[in-house]
Amino acid sequence: MTNHWRDIKHADLILINGANPAEAHPVGFQWFVKAKLDPTKGPGAGGGAKIIHADPRYTRTSAMADMYLRIRTGTDVAYFGGLINYVIQNKLYHEEYVKNYTNASFIVKQGFDFNDGLFTGYNSSTRAYDTSTWTYETEGEPIAGAPAGTTQAAAKRDKTLQDPRTVWQLMAKHYSRYTPEMVSSITGIPVDQFNAVAKMVGEMGKPDKVMTIVYAVGLTHHTTGGQLIRSGALLQLILGNMGRPGGGMNAERGHANIQGNTDHAISWEILPGYLRIPAPGQKNLDDYVRLSAPKKSDPNSWNFFGTNYRNFMVSLLKGWYGAKATKDNEYAFDFIPKPAVNSSWMSIYDQALKGKMEGVILSGMTATSIGPDSNQVMTALGKLKWLVVMDPLPTTSSEFWKAPNVDPASIQTEVFMLPTTHWIEKDGSFVNSGRWSQWKDQVIPPEGEARHDHWVLADLFDRVKTLYKNQSGKFPDPLMALTLDYKDPKKPELEEIAKEINGKNLTTGGQMASFALLKDDGTTTAGDWIYTGSYPDAGNLAKRRNGISNPTQNDPTGMGFYPNWAWSWPLNRRVMYNRASADIHGKPWDPKRPGIQWNGTTWVGDVPDYPPTMSPEDPAAWLPFIMNGEGVGRLFSNSMIDGPFPEHYEPVEAPIANPLHPQQSEDPVAFLYDQAAGRPNRFGKAADFPYVATSYRLTEHEHYVTQHVPLLVGLQPQAFVEVPAELADQKSIKSGDRVRVSSARGKLEVVALVTKRLGPITLAGNKTVYQIGIPIHWGFVGVSAEQNPDRSKYWLANALTPFVGDANARTPEFKAFLVNIEKL
Amino acid sequence: MPEITRREFLKLGAAGTAGMALVPLANPLGFDLAPAKKRALDLRIAGAKEVHSLCPYCAVGCSLIAYTKEINGKAQLLQIEGDPDSPVNEGRLCPKGATAMQLATSSRRVEKPQYRAPGSSKWEEKSWDFMLDKLAQNIKASRDNTFVAQDANGNTVNRTEGIAFAGGAAFSSEEGYFATKLMRSLGVVHIEQQARV
Repeated sequence: MTNHWRDIKHADLILINGANPAEAHPVGFQWFVKAKLDPTKGPGAGGGAKIIHADPRYTRTSAMADMYLRIRTGTDVAYFGGLINYVIQNKLYHEEYVKNYTNASFIVKQGFDFNDGLFTGYNSSTRAYDTSTWTYETEGEPIAGAPAGTTQAAAKRDKTLQDPRTVWQLMAKHYSRYTPEMVSSITGIPVDQFNAVAKMVGEMGKPDKVMTIVYAVGLTHHTTGGQLIRSGALLQLILGNMGRPGGGMNAERGHANIQGNTDHAISWEILPGYLRIPAPGQKNLDDYVRLSAPKKSDPNSWNFFGTNYRNFMVSLLKGWYGAKATKDNEYAFDFIPKPAVNSSWMSIYDQALKGKMEGVILSGMTATSIGPDSNQVMTALGKLKWLVVMDPLPTTSSEFWKAPNVDPASIQTEVFMLPTTHWIEKDGSFVNSGRWSQWKDQVIPPEGEARHDHWVLADLFDRVKTLYKNQSGKFPDPLMALTLDYKDPKKPELEEIAKEINGKNLTTGGQMASFALLKDDGTTTAGDWIYTGSYPDAGNLAKRRNGISNPTQNDPTGMGFYPNWAWSWPLNRRVMYNRASADIHGKPWDPKRPGIQWNGTTWVGDVPDYPPTMSPEDPAAWLPFIMNGEGVGRLFSNSMIDGPFPEHYEPVEAPIANPLHPQQSEDPVAFLYDQAAGRPNRFGKAADFPYVATSYRLTEHEHYVTQHVPLLVGLQPQAFVEVPAELADQKSIKSGDRVRVSSARGKLEVVALVTKRLGPITLAGNKTVYQIGIPIHWGFVGVSAEQNPDRSKYWLANALTPFVGDANARTPEFKAFLVNIEKL
Repeated sequence: MPEITRREFLKLGAAGTAGMALVPLANPLGFDLAPAKKRALDLRIAGAKEVHSLCPYCAVGCSLIAYTKEINGKAQLLQIEGDPDSPVNEGRLCPKGATAMQLATSSRRVEKPQYRAPGSSKWEEKSWDFMLDKLAQNIKASRDNTFVAQDANGNTVNRTEGIAFAGGAAFSSEEGYFATKLMRSLGVVHIEQQARV
């Protein structure tokens, strides 16, 4: 989230796409309800916000919404694109914000174009774009005064926005195709409903209005996932809603600490703090910074991230490799592995299928259930030499070798089940969707022989290190050099690690107070620079508990920031990009909902995302978005490899050809793993699999772990699919009947729940399409499966889903694929 | 009074408690269960230690208060509630959070390390030392088998291609950071968690 849960109550309008907060994040949903009807204002007076829910399925979120739109899954780029078009055509954008706080005025390089569904530079044999024209026209020499490798010539701008090569004019042209009729044809939302929403959204470009967009994995789980989110962000930028309380792009995340462990880079493409993993060919830190850091492209851009990239990286390396990280060896830059190819989730199993992966360690994550294409994932697990499952409870991965229809004798994988502790048996921090790092204490001691995950890993690492000491082996240097400065290196305390993450000044021995003080000369450390400041000499700020019992003292701005409750990155800032919450003179766009404001000498309010004493009237004042090279929000960006503007593409399996450009229906650079590996693509056609399926979560379950919680199993006892009543009539399916749902990859055999929550939609003028809803929670392990041994053989929802990924993030397309359904 | 089942009794009680604030006379039982319930709760947590935790499920980040008591020298979990002081949840919990105690004290836990040999049809209970020693050997062997020091273009890459690590959304942040640090130092490039899936 750019903002945080409590902040949602400040919105005038809440757009919810690809999410169902009332059921999936019910306690967070209270802030949506407060926006609508704030009880502190008295019954009936209301907060007055409106909620618009666009979702394939009418849910409890829809029930609380002012408008529900039945949208075809995965078509939100068309929806947001239509809204962008409406706002531009009717001049309802926030003009001052667009001109000063976005790259609308930047001139795009000659040669860039978009035709017949393709941006310039496409190569169909490599299924990739040459993105060299996706950039700006520049003038002069590289901008002086920035560290080497972090600057370039300034981009040309036309502040009148009239030049046909401005980002603004190209963007207006790009979205002019997204008429209400076209939006309806793609999404299935009736034109009159779309127009009603557009009217409400159009109001939100006024400076004293603010809208938030809230989304979840219903937007990310598509081959166009990255662009689905970007299309919402573009709308927010032109309405002037980024950086403001009550605004922003807010991702509701699904696991207790998915945010913290993304920040700390359990993710192939990054190191802690979103520093890029180095690529082959980068021989030293100069190469690394030049090819990784954002480039200053306007004289008034601070480019804070780019400018400090080297400081952050050297401080990380110094923290990890201590005395072995010196100026002469580039601070042990060679110790960091450099991946040849994408190494994300599906790539792990793809490599296993190719026989190149020997061992997999899973912790609190079950590959079999998560999929996609669970049957193929199980085949991949069976090709490993060894598999480790670290979990408090059995999972569909620890048990995969005895899954239904699997002969254990045929599986040669050696499997290690290591019982680990639950969250409540250890301390440490969880970081919520709003970036709040909150500390928890250990409540009870470990059960049985269970051990903490980090103690298991520390012990294992120690044993591997001992083997390398006693035997020859490949490049043991990083293992030997790694700093393990804990009281007991085999049992580090999480408090010790929290201090290490913050980093210290090696000269004074004190804790670092801010990442702005990190250096590239080996005198500072920071395990994760975005957490620098979380653990200063004063102690662990994630433990702070000054909560709502004393709002006068604990919420001094009255804006719900509660700055002394826990700690949020970066630097305890509660709303990111908050310089953009005030106009160019430093006055809040809306004085009722200030983020930060200039009081003549300093910025006050939230922790400023800006130098605290930089006057907005200073001609050298930095632009508001200090983290990117342009200094402004990017309506056009070359950071995505499938296009500088979001474009609607169909899912890999779709019921219609793309109404915008039928000859280029799906995303031209979506990653088709099977095809790339020389395996047959297993995609279904609408003639055989006529229904659109999408998957989702229920209130009563958390993915798969709650299959072990009897009270929750009692509330949602067995696998089912939701079938629209009209389709059920055609097929003579009644609620409670068992049905088979099949895709080109696998099948489910479950109970049908016939419902009016799903219904027919009309696409491409006159084609009626049905959507089927599939909760993901069941498999062959857990209380339900044990109670239904005969019926639970085909309960893995992800047996149906395709093994394809978003071009940028390689996120699987869990949320839109084709199936057939038949009564058993 | 007509005979009522225990379930109906509880339902009546719940309706009565909820209705009390508005219309006291609406209680169909004719008496108020709230003080009795509060008394039962007070007895349950009397003398208990209050410990701060967080909900283990989604990423709203609801604060919990856990009540424990030393019984036979071991802290026993008595009760989990939402923390009313939290600016995030203000004391509220959903059905998952409200039943978090059943996950915390599950009788379905894997008690001891389990080993399954290649081709075997059963688990074998093993010691931690057996498991970690065998695994350490596997990790070293797979690392040595698949380690690439220089790629075909002569670039130093120092990567282990044949080992993957995935997980972490249930880790404390510090555990996640520690896992990243160790895995990268083993040369692992396939590192992943639930963010994409």
